Amino acid sequence: MSDLQRTDVLVIGAGLAGERCAMEVAASGRECVILSLVPPRRSHSCAAQGGMQAALGNCVKAEGDSPDVHFLDTVRGSDWGADQEVARIFADNAPIAVRELAHFGVPWTRVRAGTNHYFIKGEQVAIEEPKEKAGLIMHRDFGGTAKWRACYAAAGTGHAALYAIDSEVIRLGITVRDRMEAIALIHDGERCHGAVTRCLRTGRLGAILARATVIATGGHGRIYGKYTTNATINEGAGAAIALATGRVPLGNMEAVQFHPTGLWPSGILVTEGCRGDGGYLLNSAGERFLVALEPEKQELASRDVVSRHMMNEIREGRGVDSPNGPHLWLDLRHLGEAHLTTRLREVYEICRDFLGVEPWNELVPVRPTQHYSMGGMRVNKDGEAYGMSGLYAVGEAACWDMHGFNRLGGNSLAETLVAGRVVGRRIADALERTATSADIALVDQAVEGQTRRLRSWADRPEGGSVYEIRDAMAEIMMNRLGVFRTGDELDSAVADLRVLRERLRDASLRSTSPGPNPEIGFAIRLEGMLDLALVTAEGARARTESRGAHSRLDYPARDDERWLNRTLARWPVDADGPVLDYEPVGLLDLPPGERGYGHAKRVEMEMSLEDYNAVVEAAQREQGRLASAEAIGSQLREGAWRAAEDGSKA
Amino acid sequence: MSETSAEQVASTEALVAERKPRRLKFRIFRYNPQDPNSEPRMQEYRLEETPFMTLFIALNRLREEQEADLQFDFACRSAVCGSCGMLVNGRPTLACKTLTSDLPRVIHLHPLPSFQLVGDLSVDTGSWFRGMSERVQAWVHERAPFDPEAQEERMDDELAQAIYESDRCIECGCCVAACGVAATNDEFVAPAGMNRIARFMMDPRDGRGRRDWFDVISSDEGVFGCIGLMACQDVCPKELPLLEVYAYLRRKALGGWFLGGK
Repeated sequence: MSDLQRTDVLVIGAGLAGERCAMEVAASGRECVILSLVPPRRSHSCAAQGGMQAALGNCVKAEGDSPDVHFLDTVRGSDWGADQEVARIFADNAPIAVRELAHFGVPWTRVRAGTNHYFIKGEQVAIEEPKEKAGLIMHRDFGGTAKWRACYAAAGTGHAALYAIDSEVIRLGITVRDRMEAIALIHDGERCHGAVTRCLRTGRLGAILARATVIATGGHGRIYGKYTTNATINEGAGAAIALATGRVPLGNMEAVQFHPTGLWPSGILVTEGCRGDGGYLLNSAGERFLVALEPEKQELASRDVVSRHMMNEIREGRGVDSPNGPHLWLDLRHLGEAHLTTRLREVYEICRDFLGVEPWNELVPVRPTQHYSMGGMRVNKDGEAYGMSGLYAVGEAACWDMHGFNRLGGNSLAETLVAGRVVGRRIADALERTATSADIALVDQAVEGQTRRLRSWADRPEGGSVYEIRDAMAEIMMNRLGVFRTGDELDSAVADLRVLRERLRDASLRSTSPGPNPEIGFAIRLEGMLDLALVTAEGARARTESRGAHSRLDYPARDDERWLNRTLARWPVDADGPVLDYEPVGLLDLPPGERGYGHAKRVEMEMSLEDYNAVVEAAQREQGRLASAEAIGSQLREGAWRAAEDGSKA
Repeated sequence: MSETSAEQVASTEALVAERKPRRLKFRIFRYNPQDPNSEPRMQEYRLEETPFMTLFIALNRLREEQEADLQFDFACRSAVCGSCGMLVNGRPTLACKTLTSDLPRVIHLHPLPSFQLVGDLSVDTGSWFRGMSERVQAWVHERAPFDPEAQEERMDDELAQAIYESDRCIECGCCVAACGVAATNDEFVAPAGMNRIARFMMDPRDGRGRRDWFDVISSDEGVFGCIGLMACQDVCPKELPLLEVYAYLRRKALGGWFLGGK
């Protein structure tokens, strides 16, 4: 075999989560190899714009903030779909993660003492930032939060964070094999031993054997084709190869976030920080429709809620017509040139480069666009997979699960670093306890299987185009698994995606050039993407309620009696579709209730919290959850939110 | 056809663009080093222009409809990841934000020079930038270990903004490709490298003093290697003020020489 490498820990993906995890492993003295489709600094973390949530409470509008309030916001944002213990671990560690980034060199925007002018709910307000806070990390407002909490570096927060973290990876001398993809996991049914790789410089297959393997491949927005803010590399390869084991479930794949302000029609992201800093959303009549619909939060309700209101405006004929279909306007004119070219600089550059628009003079066309995958490889609180030891996931690729059915803006960037730190340390600890090595026959078998798979593509008689199948998948996903869903459309989506899987079996390549042939690379990734698309559609069809970003017109109520649970989808080897199971979301500390925005009908849970919590551990273990370093519930501070709730309403 | 007449054709055609879409002619550098039968050549493709067509859209259409093994790199397609640097009619730039409507009808595409070719329009910028980062040790040389319990160190917002200004480099490699010195001297840290040095030099969190920097910058491989062609600043897609960066580094280097520094 051409290329076999052994290491302690293999990290697949060199974005923020993967690199931060690798740093922790390397710091413990273990060898670590990172794979990346692209040079690490080109990972999609670099495109995160507006901020990273951490309750430092440094500016006046952040006074009274604490991890407790952050926890409350996160659970409410998730529409109670989150694992509250994970939300707690996250909120407690986010301030450390942000300060650590400052230590690594991120040039966070800082508090300027004296009179500062902000736009808040349509009014310009002068606020005196006190001298004693001068020079601390500044916050901006984001959706669904009680306090200003998002720490930021202009509108290039992800870029600055990724460059700082990758600098540390270089300092630590960690090997990054860029232009290399993982196309299958090597496992024995119980334990993961690494991955089969394909080099994107030469096209050659190889294998990396590892005692622990980490999926850090980010989201899978590209199952929505061009209707996503995601980079072209966000094809969900990590989730797909985990699913292909037949053992590991994906969690809540039907929970798909649509960002209110994707640029129309290119889908390029413009940050929530635009609205956080005072930007408005306007309909075709030039009205701020959210003022009446969400009196409390206006433009800054959670993303699922704002996206629904926007799509309703469009459906009721108040969208702005364009040759590419109707859109709404983002109005940033009142923020002024000085603000837009500094604190929102990347937004100004995008408007200039892709629309030819100066946002202080003109309106920006936007429309809800697929943005984030709350679902992903289901893991326990140590980040270890359900159903397979030695396999971990961090960041967007994981369903850890602090986001439930809706992620708050700025929480994902913070999650990457918190999860990377926590899971990396757990892996380092686990390596102390395990001494495993893979049977070399297992490796040969895995590589031979993938060689056959690639050859079968090259040997096919003339058939349809893989790109046509991708486009058909994208139309199904956007039109029937979008902001609003109905049973009829989901039935037809499932049927049509199954037909597409058949069509893919008859598709063929146009080129068989040797080397890193991009067409065959895409073909095998498309196989995985269609699997993820079908899992998403099946999960959405089965879930007969509306929760967070999963909004069923035929089941408009959130049903805590039947659906306060997490979908788990496994795909048994050689089966023609996924098998769905469910588990409790985790221990409940904050009881299910109103979110405080996006008012919707609810069916209350009849069971008591105590009864719900009593079955969590056994029910999750039955689904394959492995024991974590600390017992379930050990990180929960019961009732701590009670004191915070008063503060968060201030 | 000379470059000027191509532009004249373009402007004439722009007048009738609303009525009749242009039929673009792409001349693209092709070479697959993994294929023993492949030879470097220019290959021609035609494509009908659509409104707001970028080179991201055009190249993907060419690959999906005409030339399935065409190699190029895109990731974010929003000019923040730096993947898609290439020579567009001889000028290094990001393909994803280049509108075909800003180009003449005939579009020449070449890979960025000064980097190892992967194939066609794809080059290995990743290895170059990692090597540069290792050479100039482009990380914060900490003065004390991180204390997770402590409040963050304070920083003036003006300084944070100044650091952010040079931290905005996206490592696309356009400045390296445009640099006459980098083209002939592999040891030259090149504009992106000097910008990186300046970024850490102005950061008070970095514990390095003038003496630590002296060897890195005060040589022909450093700031005194630059012969002032300044193409780097002209082509930088992020409009980094590279001229100011060199002035800053020269001042620092001379200060280190005469004053001894810390």
